[in-house]
Amino acid sequence: MNPQDKILAIIRKVAHKEVSPAPDESLFDSGILDSFALPDMVGELEKEFRIQVPDSDLNPRKFESIERIEQYIAGRA
Amino acid sequence: MAFLRAFGAYLPPRTLTNREIAERLSCEEEWIRSVSGISTRRIAEPAETVADLAARAAEDCLAHAGVDRSRIGLVLVSSGSSERRFPGPASSVAARLGLAGVPAIDLPIASAGAVFGLALAHHLAPAYGEVLLVAAEKMSDQVWRDPVDRNTAILFGDGAGACAVSAHEGLAETKAAVLHSDGNFAQDLRLEFGQPLYMNGRAVIMQVSRKLPRVIEEVLEAGGVAAPQVDTFLLHQANQNLIVKVAQAVNAPPEKFFTNIERYGNTSSASMLIAAAEWSQQAGFRPGQPVVFAGFGAGLHWGAVLAVGS
Repeated sequence: MNPQDKILAIIRKVAHKEVSPAPDESLFDSGILDSFALPDMVGELEKEFRIQVPDSDLNPRKFESIERIEQYIAGRA
Repeated sequence: MAFLRAFGAYLPPRTLTNREIAERLSCEEEWIRSVSGISTRRIAEPAETVADLAARAAEDCLAHAGVDRSRIGLVLVSSGSSERRFPGPASSVAARLGLAGVPAIDLPIASAGAVFGLALAHHLAPAYGEVLLVAAEKMSDQVWRDPVDRNTAILFGDGAGACAVSAHEGLAETKAAVLHSDGNFAQDLRLEFGQPLYMNGRAVIMQVSRKLPRVIEEVLEAGGVAAPQVDTFLLHQANQNLIVKVAQAVNAPPEKFFTNIERYGNTSSASMLIAAAEWSQQAGFRPGQPVVFAGFGAGLHWGAVLAVGS
């Protein structure tokens, strides 16, 4: 799987929905992720991509869309 | 190290239901319940002040504590919603209790004020003997100020809680306290004078989902207690969904987390002591059993206190 597919699989897991958001679509404005699913998603991203997201990076805008998540992960790698 | 003698609380009698809010804000009752776990909250009378609420909770606490108030050496009053810049409510509360002359310190710390006060009392009781901690909030004046933000207005209620802390004896002994602050997120949850409460809910939940479990683990480690040994967790009652998340994160059953947010909503810094007062009437400390107090709020400030039943 490419990174975007892995991210989408995580979004579906934490949202408990078979969603297919566009890469630049806001996961919040679209109602795919609520506030409480967001920390779950970050935890899953850490496990899947073997990264540590420091508290200082826990900014919702960094995780707002598949594209932004992919950019963030690429920057942490 | 200190002892917890007793708790007390005051909740105004007027109840504000989800139905009333749904009609006012043109939203669904079920939406309010699903995003917060709240059904009702208490609302103070327009003329009631934070100090009024605090003094009632303090009197309730002192009645339970059975302590001669002339022995009280320090009063701590937490509130993030007091009516004026200064003086804060602490000196007024002390005066109403007949404690004029006793040092009374304000803790203007929303939500986490009670756990900060409890941690301070843990350290200061040996110096001051008997410490009276009160946390009082009149959030209705803040969240129902125009323009009303429905995402915050649905959450908050009014009330006050109190705890009598002693250097000498009590129902439980405090074993450890851990406090933290991080001003890098100060803008995400704030209340400016004359302005509505601002909360970046997503940012706050991302932070609290990590910081609160972590500080609970820190205080347990400091006290040499494992999470499964904890009898009860008494948390700031911010949101039922959040409490469930914290329970999962510390690997403890949700039923060990006492909650009353369904009836009172989020009463900011007052909530932890209101919960403690109810819990102490229904269950209370048992000899040798650990209880964890924890809270998180604007600042950001967060912390935890470990106590063990005497």
